[in-house]
Amino acid sequence: MSDEHTDNKIETKSADSSSGGYAPPAEKIPVQEAPDQELYHAKSFWTKWVFCQDAKVIGVQYALTATAIGMIGLVLSWGMRLQLGFPETFSFLGPATYYQSVTMHGMIMVIYLLTALFLGGFGNYLIPLMVGARDMVFPYVNMVSYWMFLVAVLVLIASFFVPGGPTGAGWTLYPPQAILPGTPGSEMGIVLMLISLSLFVIGFTMGGLNYVITVLQSRTRGMTLMRMPLTIWGIFTATVLALLAFPALFVACIMMTLDNLLGTSFFMPEIFSMGEKLEYGGGSPILFQHLFWFFGHPEVYIVALPAFGIVSDLISVHARRNIFGYRMMVWAIVIIGALSFIVWAHHMYVSGMNPWFGFFFATTTLIIAVPTAIKVYNWVLTLWRGNIHLTIPMLFSLGFIVTFVNGGITGLFLGNVIVDVPLSDTYFVVAHFHMVMGIAPLMVVFGAIYHWYPLITGRHLNQTLGKIHFWITFVGAYAIYFPMHYLGFIGVPRRYFEMYDSPYMASGVGLNQFITVAALIVGFTQILFLYNLFTSWYKGEKSERNPWKANSLEWHTPDYPPTHGNFGKELPVVYRWPYDFSVPGSDKEYIPQDVPPSQVPTAKAETT
Amino acid sequence: MSKKELNIFKLLSQKPWEPSQAIIDDQHDGKTLASSKAKLGVRTVMIVSTVIFSLFIVSYSDRMLVHDWKSLSEPWLLWINTAILILTSFVFYKAKIYSEQNHFEKAKNSLLFVGFLSFAFITGQLLVWQHFIGIGQYASTNPANAFFYLFTALHGLHLLGGLFFWGKATTKIFKENFNVSKTKQAVELCATYWHFLLIIWLILFGLMIAT
Amino acid sequence: MFVAIIFALIILGSIIFHFWSPWWWTPVASNWGNIDDTIILSFWVTGAVFVAVCLFMSYCVWRYRYQPDRKAEYKPEDKKLEFRLTWLTALGVAALLAPGLVVWNKFITVPENAMKIEVVAYQWGWNYRLPGDDGVLGKTSVGLISDDNPYGLDSNDPNSKDDILVMDADLHLKINQPVKVELRSLDVLHNFYVPQFRAKMDTLPGIITYYWFIPEKKGEYEILCAEYCGTGHYAMRGFVKVDDEKDYLNWLAKQISFEKMLAKNKLEKDLLVAEKN
Repeated sequence: MSDEHTDNKIETKSADSSSGGYAPPAEKIPVQEAPDQELYHAKSFWTKWVFCQDAKVIGVQYALTATAIGMIGLVLSWGMRLQLGFPETFSFLGPATYYQSVTMHGMIMVIYLLTALFLGGFGNYLIPLMVGARDMVFPYVNMVSYWMFLVAVLVLIASFFVPGGPTGAGWTLYPPQAILPGTPGSEMGIVLMLISLSLFVIGFTMGGLNYVITVLQSRTRGMTLMRMPLTIWGIFTATVLALLAFPALFVACIMMTLDNLLGTSFFMPEIFSMGEKLEYGGGSPILFQHLFWFFGHPEVYIVALPAFGIVSDLISVHARRNIFGYRMMVWAIVIIGALSFIVWAHHMYVSGMNPWFGFFFATTTLIIAVPTAIKVYNWVLTLWRGNIHLTIPMLFSLGFIVTFVNGGITGLFLGNVIVDVPLSDTYFVVAHFHMVMGIAPLMVVFGAIYHWYPLITGRHLNQTLGKIHFWITFVGAYAIYFPMHYLGFIGVPRRYFEMYDSPYMASGVGLNQFITVAALIVGFTQILFLYNLFTSWYKGEKSERNPWKANSLEWHTPDYPPTHGNFGKELPVVYRWPYDFSVPGSDKEYIPQDVPPSQVPTAKAETT
Repeated sequence: MSKKELNIFKLLSQKPWEPSQAIIDDQHDGKTLASSKAKLGVRTVMIVSTVIFSLFIVSYSDRMLVHDWKSLSEPWLLWINTAILILTSFVFYKAKIYSEQNHFEKAKNSLLFVGFLSFAFITGQLLVWQHFIGIGQYASTNPANAFFYLFTALHGLHLLGGLFFWGKATTKIFKENFNVSKTKQAVELCATYWHFLLIIWLILFGLMIAT
Repeated sequence: MFVAIIFALIILGSIIFHFWSPWWWTPVASNWGNIDDTIILSFWVTGAVFVAVCLFMSYCVWRYRYQPDRKAEYKPEDKKLEFRLTWLTALGVAALLAPGLVVWNKFITVPENAMKIEVVAYQWGWNYRLPGDDGVLGKTSVGLISDDNPYGLDSNDPNSKDDILVMDADLHLKINQPVKVELRSLDVLHNFYVPQFRAKMDTLPGIITYYWFIPEKKGEYEILCAEYCGTGHYAMRGFVKVDDEKDYLNWLAKQISFEKMLAKNKLEKDLLVAEKN
């Protein structure tokens, strides 16, 4: 008896937790007890590539549509920057067209590019693959959701061509100005915008249903919630937020449409406009702001959380190290998601709302900084003692960290209510949200595309072009938005068509010119990226299977790239979390999720 | 389906890298909740709709407090429509029971009756609209009117959406070889949705009457 | 190696830009210097975090760059470290929030002796109204607005008679006199913002919003509308001129009161009628 305890021989006992390692159960675990999902098998060209129910195809459709409309948003920004940097030289934009550009640029980028790309694009492609499902739970509804998105985009584009042009109310669409004649597009443009947004919400509810229920119910055997890659946690939580927050936008849009078309006064108080008293009365513009921002704040997390999840996986794979603090990362995502619903009025500190709300919302806003900071620490600590490959996805991830910390920190300035008083509605805010919501998530988008392009197409993107793309985009974008904060300190307000007639603001001329030049350089570099994206599809270097040596299931399908049904005849079985890199005691540098312990040489056990 | 133990704190505090946890996890069947996907789908739609209607109700309550509030008159037709909706829920409940007990002939009749009643309700609502427009009470006349048209329109649209799925379930049950379990589920889920819409209507109607 | 250096240089460049670029706020001309102090505190706390995190990241990129024989660490979590970092962050956040809320409390507590001034915003300009000797602003209503009564003042309200109407984009203020700005809009949202005073607040049709400040430096300060209000938003300007007592009273004497304006209008009408006959 006592001899056995002093025996130093390592014995492998079955299912013995005390020794740390464990032997697999004697028989192989059966794949699936419930019947496998029935999939629709497309036969014609139309049902295979156009009206396709395969989430991978739908994901690419979302991504391409979002990119196309995003390019329009980008070109609009060039017009704005030319006007701001060199108003004398480029006088083709009048104030009305300028404000229409501002509005459409903002709405396109936030909703139609970022939200659609992260949830519809990445969500559709990656969710079934990463959780081990063949497709989404409601493939037909999923397909309809894409077509609703496309219709919403077309309605938005149509607003460019109606009398009066698109709305120029600012992406925040505040009443009363949005539907009064002092604002461009207040007759037809705004109505099309509101209709487009309503269609978008309905479509995204259909898609969101799919993402949430697939993650909850369609995972493969052995895939617990805590064995899911953080990419899925991010997209999943963001979708929950979307389902709960988009209704607020929907409600606001419907009421504003009625105010405009039927003359109701949900948001319209007594108004004396352009020399006459209008028929409206009794409505509250602040009600719109509450509804809009109740949507608007979770919206920024709908964009940010998938970025957080994806970048965690990019850093982990390319640094060859498990993500540091996985549990805290999951908790942080969930807590940030929950808290995002109680901070909205920090967008309304100077709106004239009850000043006592300022105390509450400043507190909740600064509290939300804590889980966010923890995520930042954990990303950097994943680099610590890793083995870092400076691949293009890793470069973009590093760029994300720098720009996100910068943008997040300026958020702390604005969240502190009294500091927001001088800074609100100035270029400080513009710089803040571009850095934290434009540049940082975009870094992740690019990193993710370079990372998963081989999976989707079987080829690599051109690496030289990729490095040029990274350096110009990262350094250039930082050069655009970092100095812009200082324009805000001077007090230069946002949404100003021109400002140099004021001697006070003339001091910003040089800075504006610099920013414009940087913006144009960065903007044109994206064309280089698109060129890379499209040409590598057919002449890029062929990629070996699982080129980044990742563990998550999407890289371990029978066909590479994965085909309809994803996993061939049998669904995978999961035996571990996706972060088994350099597991102590094993020679394998990485252990994919579907590798059972019997195929990993048993080791001297180490528990953490 | 096995009963699921759902404690978020416990779930998210697991350590997936621990071998002892791995043994438990390997047996996991990949589902977090015990309900079917279709049921979860309907539940999600109901949650989203609840958020929409709640926000409208909040806006209504906010607006109601302003001094120029004028209540709407109550046409008796609204009470009839409400009664129709209550009856519809009851009949749908019966349809669900019949289909569960495999009395498909009775279920078919109940479903047809439900469809008839639902369309009657929508027609009734439109008649109320016609009445109000006839006496010059437009949406723009005063805020109570505006909210009335808004509430009834949105509720009606939800009902129409439900009728699309009712149509699918009813045509299924009338076919020769219909999938029994799928049809039962469809009837059950439609019934749940109808009860949900009834509750929404009772809340909206009650709110409008009380103010 | 170069990658780490470039990242570190970007951080260093940011610090240099912050301290040595010519773009910084104009000196504060009101009592709200403590807003500036809160901002400086924020810079120190958050700046330290930004520099620390990014330089540490750059260091890791260099120190743990890929070596074929390097084995990465396997450490799923470190509860102690994470705990400590959480508390440190919470402390930093509290250090920002506490002073900020103290100053906010001051911002929403209007002193007793503040003189009320009404700012009327419209698309696209500014008008003002002072309370006159009785210190009370008369009631207004949108329904009463007309060519004769551009402010919509209620002539039945006894307080409105001595109200001083400044139908000009420029407002004069007396130095060191606390002012409560009562903001009103005739049509859409605007925002009365003078960067040197630091304070601002939206104006809304239908309600009266406010903020208070004490102008502490003589000078001429530009007003910038700070809430998008349509195509003329950028052109909605004016000036606030802070005078010493003598100059202020001079300016005040030249302004017209509501009573006088009503009388003037009546006189003009009578003259017109007389001409016709």
